[in-house]
Amino acid sequence: MRASRAAAIFLRQFYLLRGSVARVLPLFAWITVDIILWGFITRYLNTVAAPGYNFVPALLGAVLLWDFFARVMHGVTTAFLEDVWSRNFLNFFASPLKISEYLAGLVLSSIATSAVGLLVMLVLASAVFGLSFASYGILLVPFLLVLFLFGIALGVVGAAVVLRFGPASEWFVWPLPALVSPFAGVFYPLSTLPLWMRGAARALPPSYVFEGMRSVVAGGAVSWAALVWGVLLAFAYVLLACWLFVRVHRHVVRTGLLARYSAETV
Amino acid sequence: MSERQPKVLSVAGLRKVYGATVAVDGVSFEVGRGEIVGLLGPNGAGKTTTINMILGVLEPTAGTIEVEGVDVRRERSRALSCTNFAAVYAPLPGNLTVTQNLRVFGMLYGVTNLSQRIRELLEEFDLRHLRDAKCGVLSSGEQTRVALAKAMLNRPHLLLLDEPTASLDPASARETRERMRRFAAGGGCGVLWTSHNMYEVEEVCDRVLFVSKGRVLLEGDPRKLPSEHGRDSLEDLFIAVAREPLTLVPGVAA
Repeated sequence: MRASRAAAIFLRQFYLLRGSVARVLPLFAWITVDIILWGFITRYLNTVAAPGYNFVPALLGAVLLWDFFARVMHGVTTAFLEDVWSRNFLNFFASPLKISEYLAGLVLSSIATSAVGLLVMLVLASAVFGLSFASYGILLVPFLLVLFLFGIALGVVGAAVVLRFGPASEWFVWPLPALVSPFAGVFYPLSTLPLWMRGAARALPPSYVFEGMRSVVAGGAVSWAALVWGVLLAFAYVLLACWLFVRVHRHVVRTGLLARYSAETV
Repeated sequence: MSERQPKVLSVAGLRKVYGATVAVDGVSFEVGRGEIVGLLGPNGAGKTTTINMILGVLEPTAGTIEVEGVDVRRERSRALSCTNFAAVYAPLPGNLTVTQNLRVFGMLYGVTNLSQRIRELLEEFDLRHLRDAKCGVLSSGEQTRVALAKAMLNRPHLLLLDEPTASLDPASARETRERMRRFAAGGGCGVLWTSHNMYEVEEVCDRVLFVSKGRVLLEGDPRKLPSEHGRDSLEDLFIAVAREPLTLVPGVAA
């Protein structure tokens, strides 16, 4: 794998971002709205709920972490979709670029764009609503790691779906985080869910993050074993997602879908 | 061209089948160093399918493709690092400027001294005044020049040009032909060139392959082939290949 080729994919995204308000604004606009909305909701809940429980780290923290996950996922898919929108596949895939280098470039792009979003959220949530990340302590690192890895995995899966089913299938990709959220227990403990949903939740790495986060906020102990399992699971999803993308790429090269991509000949 | 010249492209028994449709049917040919080979044929003959397979974006059903002895199927990245292409159906991203596109693709092709190379190409293809213009706002002729500049970035040993002069005015087209001839002769690059302009093919190609219904029907010097087959011009021969391919298949009497 050549780092310069992955860097080329990243550079392309950088050029696009640098010259486009339409691309820069979504990096933080919607998550800013989210933080403000949930910030006020948590303030209100703190005034009506029993004293002693602080909704800010539990709810606003959950929103922030979930938005970070969604930004990571969208960072990968948006970078991929730029090549769909500009009909650039033939130029890229007829070059020496390897799939691993292409995916690495998408991940680099996502790191940059999601970091912007995370920074804006951290500043806003702490400065305006008093969310203190010190309350999570060192656990913030595995929390973010799990969500980052799972965001990358889901982003690569989304890219594979669009590569396989054509440009119009981007419609499938945008709602993927929303589809996952009821199972991940972002706002409620997994014990709230019916048994069959709990089974699905245990297969999703973010559920370990949000369970752990609620334990920390409630002053309880966090299961490090569960968190390590979440990290391992997230790594496994990244590998699975990359495997899927490679398989889909092979399929579209074999069947001619890549060469006639805009025809959407499923 | 001499038989002893090392081949930059060797295609053997190439076949592509889509369900019941045979798009390419046992095509074999070679392109030598410094040689410009014309791949001719009517629309749907299998020219672009062949080029796509050489570029590794379409997997052959059967057959082998080697660029400088490197199997495209097994070592795609290595084979393509000394290859490049320009095609009307693969424009560079219109939302990047000329320089940005050349920089991104230069990095992909591992070009050394990239800034210097970009300056040379901007000069050579008369693109200096357009360096900061987005490719999407350029005229089709200007876009073709950018695509050709991109195709020359890595000083390829094998250059695939799919109708490279289709959008160019006659003066620019002639300039492009002369430039490509100089490049092929000087750098020892092999060129596979498709075109529907038979005048251009006669002027630029050392050898042509006539393809119809996925098969190579004729091969030879574009200046001699018409008379060898009782036609007045290369265009007449082209029309004959398109309308009555069977009359031109070796072994089948006209």
